[in-house]
Amino acid sequence: MLLEVEDLVVEFPTPGGPLRAVEGAQLQVPAAALVGLVGESGCGKTTLARAIIGVMAKGARITRGSIRFEGRDLLGLPAAERRRLRWRDIAFVPQSSMSALDPVYRVGDQLRRLLRVRGSLAAPAARRRAVALFELVGIDPARLGNYPHQFSGGMRQRVAIALALALEPRLLIADEPVTALDVIVQRQILDALLELRQRLGIAVLLVTHDIGVVAYACDRVAVMYAGQVVEEGPAATLLGQPAHPYSMGLARAFPDLAGGAAELVQIAGDPPDLRQPPAGCRFAPRCPFALVGCGSPPPWQLRADAGVACWRQDEAASLRLAAAEAANWSRPDEG
Amino acid sequence: MKAETPFVVVEHLAKHYRGPGGWRGAGRLLRAVDDVSFTLAPGESVGLLGESGSGKTTLGRLLLKLTEPTAGSITIAGQSLAGLRGQPLKAFRRQAQLIFQNPFDALNPRFTIGRCLREPLLNAGLPRAEQGPLIERALALARFTRGLELLDQHPHQLSGGQLQRVVIARALILQPRFVVADEPVSMLDVSVRAGILNLLRGVSRALGLTAVYISHDLSLVRYLCSRTLVLYRGALVEDAPTKALCNAPRHPYSQALVAAVPSSDPAQRRLPLPLVASTAEAPVGSGCRFAARCPLVMPICRTEEPPLVAVAPNHRVACHLGLPAA
Repeated sequence: MLLEVEDLVVEFPTPGGPLRAVEGAQLQVPAAALVGLVGESGCGKTTLARAIIGVMAKGARITRGSIRFEGRDLLGLPAAERRRLRWRDIAFVPQSSMSALDPVYRVGDQLRRLLRVRGSLAAPAARRRAVALFELVGIDPARLGNYPHQFSGGMRQRVAIALALALEPRLLIADEPVTALDVIVQRQILDALLELRQRLGIAVLLVTHDIGVVAYACDRVAVMYAGQVVEEGPAATLLGQPAHPYSMGLARAFPDLAGGAAELVQIAGDPPDLRQPPAGCRFAPRCPFALVGCGSPPPWQLRADAGVACWRQDEAASLRLAAAEAANWSRPDEG
Repeated sequence: MKAETPFVVVEHLAKHYRGPGGWRGAGRLLRAVDDVSFTLAPGESVGLLGESGSGKTTLGRLLLKLTEPTAGSITIAGQSLAGLRGQPLKAFRRQAQLIFQNPFDALNPRFTIGRCLREPLLNAGLPRAEQGPLIERALALARFTRGLELLDQHPHQLSGGQLQRVVIARALILQPRFVVADEPVSMLDVSVRAGILNLLRGVSRALGLTAVYISHDLSLVRYLCSRTLVLYRGALVEDAPTKALCNAPRHPYSQALVAAVPSSDPAQRRLPLPLVASTAEAPVGSGCRFAARCPLVMPICRTEEPPLVAVAPNHRVACHLGLPAA
């Protein structure tokens, strides 16, 4: 296993007490795999991704758990060692590619500086490598001399990916790399990631809220809800036969080209306030299948090569049938 | 559809912008909307589909008379929008409403929800006695059941889904007959997005609204609209029933759009995108504007712009391939 996250807790101090943005999360990324991390905004997926690369928002603290990369516990490493791993072994494409690029430098200069300082390449080698990287992500190397504002959104995203790939990392973490891009550009970026995996054997952790993107590109999926990973497994299984009611709702919440005009599933209610999370299963207040027993936290249960945290996972097959009816998800009071 | 009197008639509509006179692209002419013609039947829901920069938002703004066309005409409910002013313009503003993309920006943070909803009523000069029932009706349409406590809250106290329902309620409060929704769910979270789509589909059917949904997402348009107009760099390239567009797109650009939609069905295999990788954009005016990216490009495409012609009932395509050989 390339990356293993176990029982991770990330806390933020807030005036109302500590907020656990990530609460006991588990995640596995096999070598050369594309793993999707899905969930709605505020569910902790970006916090988890940032904890893995070790660049967290101000005030955030890891209070429990482990992150192992190629068997080494990253949290136990001295800061200098951690820094050496960052970008060389684990690189990051942030959500907003504009903020990843310095607006006052030509993109080629930024790329070459990275190659020379962190990659220890001499100037001519760095120049050649920069050209090769641009070709790899499908941009004309003539544009190395351009400034970030001269690129479109999709092109900038590719530049950010080229920067992340500069030192040939083993793991690329991409936070919403295709959100806000047009479908065609989105598809081209995903195809570029798939091809890079094929050619360079790098693993990708793709943070997204779009089930369609996961279905298209990912081998495995982890679904996060309110700071916890509630289900994890191979993409085909998780999307085809989800075991957690939240995954069932998500999978049916998107209009599908083939799906026709059936009513979409709307998961009633809103995610909980993480300062006062529900005592038991965090999804229970919105779950149409919640029972009294859901008032205590469900354990993480492994089956074959998948995991789920739901008290009713043994009944998943019958719950899936019920979840297919949009009416079962609606509540009389939506206000 | 042809038998009915159209509710909206758009003829040879164009909106051109002159680039800023700076050091880059000085004075360049940008054809945001270029010779677009179509009609909408009363009660029809139509999707405007296109990538960013295709002119779909500009077209939406033109339809609401929020910007003036460079050329061409728009007639809504028998009334030309050109030169509309005074009382008729006020009446038009009540009839035609915009649903905003970002509910977090669309409501004044210092107003209560009640005041936000009352604002259009005040603008329309409605007496206070009529306002209460209209507010109640709009809240019910937006599926608020506990509307009255909501009225005293401020926007920051509401979730994104609730805010978007307030935005929809506000757009519907003056009982418009025509609405334009610009990317109505793109700012919302996945779990609430479905609720807003269900709501939009429900109210536009229940009220018989003529609705234009602007989006770059074909699956969303498929859910809401019976007909879709595909825009590419300012021009209408395909006008088709949505089902026909999804199942058998005729224009090569539409074909790429359909192929690019990621399916939530993992069994659906990945097909290569039928597009020529090209960043070179030929200047508009010399042939088909899609020619540089078109995998099926022919010599004529580089010299002559294809006209929009009917290829089937209610189905028009602007492509030389669709034309019978000359």
